[in-house]
Amino acid sequence: MSSTQQNFAGCGDREGKMGIVKVRDLIYEYIRRDEEGNVEGITTAVDDVSLDIRQGEFVAVLGHNGSGKSTLAKHLNAILYPTEGTVWVDGKDTKDDAAVWDIRQTAGMVFQNPDNQIIGQVVEEDVGFGPENMGVPTKEIWERVEESLKAVGMYQYRKYSPNKLSGGQKQRVSIAGVIAMHPKCIVLDEPTAMLDPQGRREVIRAVRALNDVERITVILITHYMEEVIYADRVYVMDKGRIALQGTPREVFSEVEKLKELRLDVPQVTLLAHELRREGFPMPKGVLTDQEFLEALEHCVSAVM
Amino acid sequence: MPIILDKVSHIYGEDTTMPVRALDNVSLVLPDGQFIGLIGHTGSGKSTLVQHLNGLMKATSGAIYFNGEDIDSDGFDRKMLRARVGLVFQYPEHQLFETDVFSDVCFGPKNLGLSKKEIDLRAYEALKLVGLEDDYFYQSPFDLSGGQKRRVAIAGVLAMKPDVLILDEPTAGLDPRGRDEILDQIARLKQETGITVVLVSHSMDDVAKYVDRIIVMNKGRVLYDDEPKEVFKRYRELEAVGLAAPQVTYIMKALREKGYDVSDEATTIGEAREEIKNYFARLVAARKERQGAEDA
Repeated sequence: MSSTQQNFAGCGDREGKMGIVKVRDLIYEYIRRDEEGNVEGITTAVDDVSLDIRQGEFVAVLGHNGSGKSTLAKHLNAILYPTEGTVWVDGKDTKDDAAVWDIRQTAGMVFQNPDNQIIGQVVEEDVGFGPENMGVPTKEIWERVEESLKAVGMYQYRKYSPNKLSGGQKQRVSIAGVIAMHPKCIVLDEPTAMLDPQGRREVIRAVRALNDVERITVILITHYMEEVIYADRVYVMDKGRIALQGTPREVFSEVEKLKELRLDVPQVTLLAHELRREGFPMPKGVLTDQEFLEALEHCVSAVM
Repeated sequence: MPIILDKVSHIYGEDTTMPVRALDNVSLVLPDGQFIGLIGHTGSGKSTLVQHLNGLMKATSGAIYFNGEDIDSDGFDRKMLRARVGLVFQYPEHQLFETDVFSDVCFGPKNLGLSKKEIDLRAYEALKLVGLEDDYFYQSPFDLSGGQKRRVAIAGVLAMKPDVLILDEPTAGLDPRGRDEILDQIARLKQETGITVVLVSHSMDDVAKYVDRIIVMNKGRVLYDDEPKEVFKRYRELEAVGLAAPQVTYIMKALREKGYDVSDEATTIGEAREEIKNYFARLVAARKERQGAEDA
């Protein structure tokens, strides 16, 4: 499989080395209909988006409800197809019917509600479901199940029934189910929205480990600003377009702009921002407690 | 209309081989007009608890009193209880079903057997209370945004004119502005009508900002029941049960550990900002005094 993928990547690559995900001039429109099926109008959910994501990157996508971020995500594993423009995943055009299954293996997806994604009666069975469907030999399925559960820190729960697990644990099982299919890229659409603080921490830690250790490309869609600070790059969507992009520090320096886009910044960033407005010599885009403490040290030396 | 819980326990599957004690000897008093935050990790018993407050679930043992009356006694009007104690479930927009927003909000009061005029009036008031513009009243609820749908669902409960409003994670899945708008609206509503509000939440930052009392649940028991400042002092114990303090509280603690003379009780950005400003004002005053002494 890997050799054909490389061939495909070679064919589609005209602008130097192609990233794992490449989106060009993507437009997605859907037609609204009333109860009788008459056309009421057309909504453009994604409006002329282009982006490139390199293998191994951690990319976050922010945006208010209805900004088009989930619609964009669904293009990355061929759940939706572009109205105009093209999406390539690992060099394959998502419009190519023959490539759909390869694409879905390359780019796995994790959704918001863990209860809608778990089907097995036992954790390890659930994780083995994906590779089993791919026709992976039994022995290798078990190896994959073991390594995937270890990667998300759920190996000791392999014999549990999923309904005995907490939300964060279930969501980590969902992630293990995706990585057992050996994807190069994993797309997470608000994976922590329904979790308590502990569950959120567990899931984000597992996702970061996948990226750091396994070098899996991560595309994280979220409404929690503090989950974004570890990303390599952040895209902010508004009205189907990319309104802001940059490193977390660059993006979170734009406090007022983010508020206009119905978003927020992490609490520590906001506190630094408010102090800066009060005349404190605080830098823009403070992201962590540690940076805040250092910045405040400077403020102290400034008044001493 | 105060609600009193006296040693309430609830056991799921009591007569099976795997009984689960979801509530364990819970005693609470919810007086009129409080804004209460109910926190706890998934499975700590929060949702089971709130479903007892309006009689949707029956306690295995113990008693619940609404306005002094045992809600389990013969002849107690449970239909009245459900109208007085309004419960907004998680993702309430999934329960919208009417063809337009206004009819959906009318559904509850209609079932109370009120006159058409009274029903319309209540629906109108409720939609105004949640801050929905008139333009949306005759649109299909399914054409609205997530935040707007959720407001319609909350209005549907408000139209019952409850004395107690319970919201189970009303902001889950909303963007930050949507979160603020809904919570600001609920805070204003509480101000204007004086009703009791119980907010079930996983966001410590939100709870710290809005409520005047926090009840922490763990393993079916009440772990803490106090004002936010006092509860968040126990941040280590909260972490041990899957919760946390607001992020600013951690910053203030780190500052104190570094030797800054600031209080670590701040739980909101505003409090933290003022605390740091005051600290710097003291630094500057001390420096001036020193310089004054040197000059003299």
